[in-house]
Amino acid sequence: MITVKNLVKDFGARRAVDDVSFEVNIGEVLGFLGPNGAGKSTTMRMITGFIHPTSGTCTVKGNDVTKEPVAARTHIGYLPENAPAYGDMTVWEFLQFMARMRGYSGDEVTIKADEAMERCFITSVKDQTIETLSKGYRQRTCFAQAILHDPPVLILDEPTDGLDPNQKQVVRNMITEMAQEKVIIFSTHVLEEVDAVCNRAIIISNGKIVADAAPNSLRRQSRLYNAVEITVTATPDNARAAFNSIPDVRDVEVEQASGDQVRCRILPKDQQSIATQVLDKARSQEWIVTHVEAHAGRLDDVFRDLTMTEDVARAARKEA
Amino acid sequence: MLVSAATRAIARREWGAYFNSPVAYVFIIIFLLLSGFFTFAVAGFYESNQAEFSRSFFLWHPWLYLVLIPAVGMRLWAEERRSHTIELLFTLPVTPAQAIAGKFLAAWAFLIVALVLTFPVVLTAVYLGEPDLGVAFTGYLGSIFLAGSYLGVAMFTSALTKNQVISFIVAVVLGLLLILSGFPPVTDLLSGFCPMWLVDTIAAFSFMSHYETLQRGILDIRDLIYFASMIGFMLFCTLVVLHHKAAD
Repeated sequence: MITVKNLVKDFGARRAVDDVSFEVNIGEVLGFLGPNGAGKSTTMRMITGFIHPTSGTCTVKGNDVTKEPVAARTHIGYLPENAPAYGDMTVWEFLQFMARMRGYSGDEVTIKADEAMERCFITSVKDQTIETLSKGYRQRTCFAQAILHDPPVLILDEPTDGLDPNQKQVVRNMITEMAQEKVIIFSTHVLEEVDAVCNRAIIISNGKIVADAAPNSLRRQSRLYNAVEITVTATPDNARAAFNSIPDVRDVEVEQASGDQVRCRILPKDQQSIATQVLDKARSQEWIVTHVEAHAGRLDDVFRDLTMTEDVARAARKEA
Repeated sequence: MLVSAATRAIARREWGAYFNSPVAYVFIIIFLLLSGFFTFAVAGFYESNQAEFSRSFFLWHPWLYLVLIPAVGMRLWAEERRSHTIELLFTLPVTPAQAIAGKFLAAWAFLIVALVLTFPVVLTAVYLGEPDLGVAFTGYLGSIFLAGSYLGVAMFTSALTKNQVISFIVAVVLGLLLILSGFPPVTDLLSGFCPMWLVDTIAAFSFMSHYETLQRGILDIRDLIYFASMIGFMLFCTLVVLHHKAAD
């Protein structure tokens, strides 16, 4: 449905997007992750045709966004960053305007505007001018214009930014509801959101894609995946020696020792599951286990590993 | 259909934007007050004892427009940039040319409404004497095209920046150049050290030389072509600017 090929965008001497390629199909909810300034918005703006790529191509439903911009845009609903909207118009007028821009006429205009308002729960602010709306309503008004024409492709740039937890949930539910029959790409820097909504995540750093996988398999790349946190009654040295003797253990980190208890993090070789072996070992030593927890891996860690290293490298280059 | 649905939707929105804000009312009131003031107080419409428009009424329009039209046009694109709605607009299935046409038509229609509201001047002249209504017709026609040309300039400068003040000032300066290049004191000065053909060429680009003939009641198709191509050229420049820097 969306094909992005070798996309490059230069702003002056700075390369904002560097050879990005991916493909997204119906039913996929693609989370676009990355630190601020990584190139998420720039990539989305190129897919929507708002800015022209320096090189590379994007096609949406077979229409090249640079060569056939108008055709490509009819397939897309777009929520830009910070939800811009005409402040002097009321929500109702704004959505009617957008309906006309989408080619509706006559009664359809009001029908589509009404529908969009209902789906985004903003009917109550129908006659308020947009400049008087709170951030959450404004965001949803802009969301409403994006889904008004029931587009097969939705591109949402930080749709939950600045919303309170309830409003975030509303937006996430809307995304999940529509996920089945659409292609949805949304950017965020809230990692829990990726877990909650996406079935695929792309991490972008310094304009490059550094990871492209399902959130679960991304999490598996975490250093902590299948690591075991355990607190036992033992001395740090004894605990380290005992757990290190398990063949599948790569490393034992003593995190905290207090009184007669010690808390360790045990990292497995090749991310295999070692929880039972660790517990068996503790039992054979006749230690009392007061706490045990197997790590599912954290997206945060993967995210940090993938994006931080480059930042650090850049800082180092600057110093040199 | 002469204009696309998208152009009509944009024109309708822009029209609403003028009347949703005080801009429209302030503009109309000031335009009417000033044109009345210049016609009756400065040019002495009554005292001249002549029922004619060109020397009293239409004479002032280039100067009124010089300041007022940049104020009408400055927000057209600068505001879209400032509020980032340009990102919405240019990701809709609409070409930049359609968007430009919509905005231009709305703003021009608004200026024409303001101009039409000066009709009491004509009525006064008809009541008091026997004015040449042909002059009134060509005068209004010239004024409409003149307004369109200023608007084209203002639209172009508005596309250049997200700062409305800069847009306003640059539009006034460009407008002034276009007036002055045909203004007798300036052409006299130029002819002192420039060859005559150059002075004539520069003057040919001026609003003044083309507006004056219409103002005097002479309907010359060449003047209308001049204004139409001036508008076309400015809108084309706007298109080029928006094509190259819509995003920032």
